[in-house]
Amino acid sequence: MVDTTQYLVLGAILFCLGVAGVFIRRNAIVIFMCIELMLNAVNLTFIAISRSLGSIDGQVFVFFIMTVAAAEAAVGLAIILSLYRRRQTINVDEVNLLKW
Amino acid sequence: MGIEAGTVMLGIIGPEVVLVVAALGLMVADIIIKDERERQFLVWIGVAGILGSLAVSASLWGREVAYGFYGMVVVDNFSTFFTLLFLVAGGLTLLMSHRYVQERKLSPGEYYTLTLFATCGMVLMGKSTDLIMIFLGLEVLSVSLYVLVGYVRGSDKGVEASLKYFLLGAFSSGFLLYGIALLYGATGSTRLAEIGAAIAQKGLLGEPMLLAGMGLLLTGFGFKIAMVPFHMWAPDVYEGAPSPITGFMSVGVKAAAFAALLRVFAGSLPGLGIQWKEVLWLGSILTMTLGNVTALMQTNIKRMLAYSSIAHAGYILIGVVAGGETGTTAVLYYLLVYTLMNLGAFAVVVAIEQKDEKRLELLDYAGMGTRHPALGAAMAVFMFSLAGIPPLSGFMGKFYIFSAAVKEGYLGLTIIGVLNSLVSVYYYLRVTVMMFMKEPEAEITPVLFHPSLVVVLIIALFFTLQMGLFPSTYLHIARESIKIFL
Repeated sequence: MVDTTQYLVLGAILFCLGVAGVFIRRNAIVIFMCIELMLNAVNLTFIAISRSLGSIDGQVFVFFIMTVAAAEAAVGLAIILSLYRRRQTINVDEVNLLKW
Repeated sequence: MGIEAGTVMLGIIGPEVVLVVAALGLMVADIIIKDERERQFLVWIGVAGILGSLAVSASLWGREVAYGFYGMVVVDNFSTFFTLLFLVAGGLTLLMSHRYVQERKLSPGEYYTLTLFATCGMVLMGKSTDLIMIFLGLEVLSVSLYVLVGYVRGSDKGVEASLKYFLLGAFSSGFLLYGIALLYGATGSTRLAEIGAAIAQKGLLGEPMLLAGMGLLLTGFGFKIAMVPFHMWAPDVYEGAPSPITGFMSVGVKAAAFAALLRVFAGSLPGLGIQWKEVLWLGSILTMTLGNVTALMQTNIKRMLAYSSIAHAGYILIGVVAGGETGTTAVLYYLLVYTLMNLGAFAVVVAIEQKDEKRLELLDYAGMGTRHPALGAAMAVFMFSLAGIPPLSGFMGKFYIFSAAVKEGYLGLTIIGVLNSLVSVYYYLRVTVMMFMKEPEAEITPVLFHPSLVVVLIIALFFTLQMGLFPSTYLHIARESIKIFL
């Protein structure tokens, strides 16, 4: 029997992995994937909580998050593409005209 | 709670409906109109949308509190106040962008459409009474701005700024969402009112899940208001973005995040005040100090204004920490004052800037004041107001913030705030000195005044002076707006 706490812990671990990835990885697309991992960790948390509370709100929220993530992905990948066109790189360390 | 189940009540989102209709109309008109020159008139569709929306939201002022969409959004004076503020910011940005877009041959349709959508997202954020709506409003506004920041595709800096804003924006949304999830887990609801009630009833104050959720929410909002240590994106993004959009972001996004912050923290988590006030207290000191000290060293005017905007977020945080009637009123008044004086300063920057990001260095401002006395005088007024020199509105804003902090017993915070505004006088004054007292090294090409830009300057100038000389009307409005928190 898997109880809610275990799902929450899994969600927390995934979220932390995502955060760590954002700090460690230097490829813009991989960073973006790590952000998506964070969002999906949140989704998992929402579903687990929603299930244990017996309220539907959390599941509805997940749909909103997925929709927004899709919109963000569309815009984000376009930005990364236009960066590559101008600079021939998507390594964030080389994107340093402006000081970080 | 006054939730009328089953009612949608379209009137409640009237201002947003007008904005979205105008934005969609703009998109269609953009396709129909083929002629490049005629397309420049698209800005007027956007301005008409803003004016219509202003009229609708002004009619909502002073009405009874009404919930709509199953309690997701609310019309109260607080939301109407912020709606009007965002619409003014959006409208001035459109007017400021008119020549900017034309000169750089940017495609006007999408630019104005996205500006309207971003305004709409801000309005929704100020109106939401549910964490889901806050998130959605934030994303509507952020996704539009990710595109707008990188809108000048030929600019290396612009694309880079856009990437940085996107990555850090999405990253901070992750924190905000996880905070919402934990709050939902701890209290069983995403409604702000129900969260507050659940905390009071079940005695959840010490609950670790609630505290963790609150911390994550603070991080998420901290990114949006550029609170130190979550400010690192701001200078880069503000420098790289098109100047009118920088102005828009520095006032609009900040005000929207503060509106949501007040609703969530002052509105439904007052029981946890001891904890979050401590965090914001520290954040406010760091934000002011770092913003002002770093601004001293900047040579690029946009980057300097970016750090100045970080510092101003710090001042506003003092008001949030002080809380109570005077503190919250001061926050609202300050946001209003800051919107007009900062947009005014950016209007001057847009006027002086030339194509391909030229004339953005401080040295380029040498002699501008003697060549164009009116422009120089306007910039002097905005700079003095930002520095907080009486009798301008920036002084009154700071005065109310600091006096609220003293009244609530945050003496140390006030002293640090006053010292900080003294430091800031140096870099604001430097711009004015540069404009009037220094001779340019080379002969400068004169500034071309565009009617739309002149209108923006006049509006900003008028309100910056008027809100400083006759603040009582605006204070009264701000006080009426915060009744829901008392």
